[in-house]
Amino acid sequence: MASLLQVSDLQTHYVSFGGERIIKAVDRVSFTLEEGQTLGIVGESGCGKTTTCLSIVGLLPAAARIVGGSIEFAGQDLARLSQREMRRIRGAQIAMILQDPMASLNPLFSIYTQVAEPAYYHRALRGRSLRERVRELLNAVRIPSPMLRMREYPHQMSGGMRQRIVGAIALAGGPRLIIADEPTTNLDVTIQAQYLDLLKELQEKTGVAIIFVTHNLGIVARMCDKLAVMYAGKIVEAGSVRDLFTTPKHPYTKALLGSMPKLGSKEKLLAIPGQPPDLATLPPGCAFHPRCPEALPICACEEPGEVRVDGSRTARCWRAEPQINDPAKEIHAAAAGN
Amino acid sequence: MPPLLEIEGLTKHFPVTIAIFPRKKVAWVKAVDGIDFAVASGETLGVIGESGCGKTTTSKLILLQESPTAGTIRFDGQDITGLAGPDLMRYRREVQVVFQDPYSSLSPRMRVSEIVAEPLQIHTSLSREQQHDRVAEVLDLVGLRPEVARLFPHEFSGGQRQRIAIARALVTNTRLIVLDEPVSALDVSIRAQIMNQLEELQQRLGVSYLFIGHDLATVAHISHRIAVMYLGQIVELADALELCKKPLHPYTQALFTAALPAHPDEKRERLTIAGEVPSALAPPSGCRFHPRCPQAMARCSVEAPTRKEVAPGHSVACHLY
Repeated sequence: MASLLQVSDLQTHYVSFGGERIIKAVDRVSFTLEEGQTLGIVGESGCGKTTTCLSIVGLLPAAARIVGGSIEFAGQDLARLSQREMRRIRGAQIAMILQDPMASLNPLFSIYTQVAEPAYYHRALRGRSLRERVRELLNAVRIPSPMLRMREYPHQMSGGMRQRIVGAIALAGGPRLIIADEPTTNLDVTIQAQYLDLLKELQEKTGVAIIFVTHNLGIVARMCDKLAVMYAGKIVEAGSVRDLFTTPKHPYTKALLGSMPKLGSKEKLLAIPGQPPDLATLPPGCAFHPRCPEALPICACEEPGEVRVDGSRTARCWRAEPQINDPAKEIHAAAAGN
Repeated sequence: MPPLLEIEGLTKHFPVTIAIFPRKKVAWVKAVDGIDFAVASGETLGVIGESGCGKTTTSKLILLQESPTAGTIRFDGQDITGLAGPDLMRYRREVQVVFQDPYSSLSPRMRVSEIVAEPLQIHTSLSREQQHDRVAEVLDLVGLRPEVARLFPHEFSGGQRQRIAIARALVTNTRLIVLDEPVSALDVSIRAQIMNQLEELQQRLGVSYLFIGHDLATVAHISHRIAVMYLGQIVELADALELCKKPLHPYTQALFTAALPAHPDEKRERLTIAGEVPSALAPPSGCRFHPRCPQAMARCSVEAPTRKEVAPGHSVACHLY
């Protein structure tokens, strides 16, 4: 059976100054997602994770263009659909949850109107059945007394409740894929835990696939099955969450894991020197090499290709290449011997 | 030796008014309600809590941006509420602050040298050359090259700006820095850099930190002791490692279950608390946590628990202990 979502070699560029300046925000990104699975996309700001998501839902800003690759979703290539065709997919098949619930809710419309809209357009529900659907959705996201609450407005809700309303809107069209772009960044710790538990529960009930965009590896450890680590527009390592957390292959993944403070430990954090590169002036070779503690001479001149480490695991690093890795090990062994 | 900063019964109530004229006070927001803690010199005290728990108000009270409704703040054994003149200047010189967002806390129209030297102009009588040398010295301390002094803030990334803010806080031989969520606006890889830098500076200069945050792992990593706040009160205060090993208050326990795992295989119980933080306008009677507490007893809704020591250096405000 084909995957629910198969992104292959996706390239999204921002073009400015009449084509003189090209920023490769998403550079040959590939991943697949099955029904009911959760994929985490992790990276620092400006690594292209949000642009990847916006490419999937067809909501790129005017300056951005998909210049290559394909986004196969349930047998259709989303990259080639017109806006009119995309409109039938957005909300019905693919829904998005954004970071700031206050910005994604309209302050002038009641909760009912906003939750009902996707069901009205995509499920063709009217009248009593529409009201019943909204009640069910609000119940599902645990809004107390939904019949009363649906008449209220966003400003009457707390931050956690607003984000749950956004979740209800996302579910209203009965989507097969939800893209959640840092949905809990603005929430308090206990509210965040409640929200994550809720999403997990809804996923078990409805079998929806979720793409979780975040910079928080803790959320990935709790929520996701698969993980893609992005750096400077590329996926530098991808695989199952357990594999990546246990035996990270790419130095960037290792560094990200090392820079996470662990509860109850005073171990010095592994800081990554320098800062994420500007996509307009990428260093030659591997984009990570100036900050990489394990850089080889080759890293500065030639870009590493994607290496299949084992099974479904891939890494973009010269160290992961078998023919490079072996002599390096010997050098290390020799150094250790001296 | 008395602790560097000592806080006793600190309280701040904000009035809620309706109508412009006559101005009528209808209620009080009890932002901070009778908290006690102390910070020794060279120590980091972490303050953790959810939004609305009063952690920022506490920092404002310490920085004299708000005046307390009741209670005392003693710095170096001296009550700071009545400070004036040179004593007040000395206090302001020795207590500095680093804010959360380095994009809004640095003036975009001042060069780094002016930003970092401003406290020197106000508080010292150093000559221009001496100021210049001191600026270069602190920039070096926070890991920036002295050449950056002539640049403007927009030329720096978030992490570097936060370093500039730390340099400004350090420049007057500071003894206490209030760090109000100094790393939450930064990228993950930069966070570790700043945290390591802060720890290194403390070891070198012996400065004390009051580290305010909401991320348990971050606060626990950098702090020696941690105070857990809930609705304007400290519910538990203990040594950081002890608190991680043996959280006593049900709210602290809930914070730990809500904390995100460091590895997918990490075992975790389901979150035990439901609901959200109630409004500080009408805090629940008795123990403020009782409506959300899984272990609440009849007594909890009537009688407010006082914080008492259950083990050396570990105090908790809960009827269970």
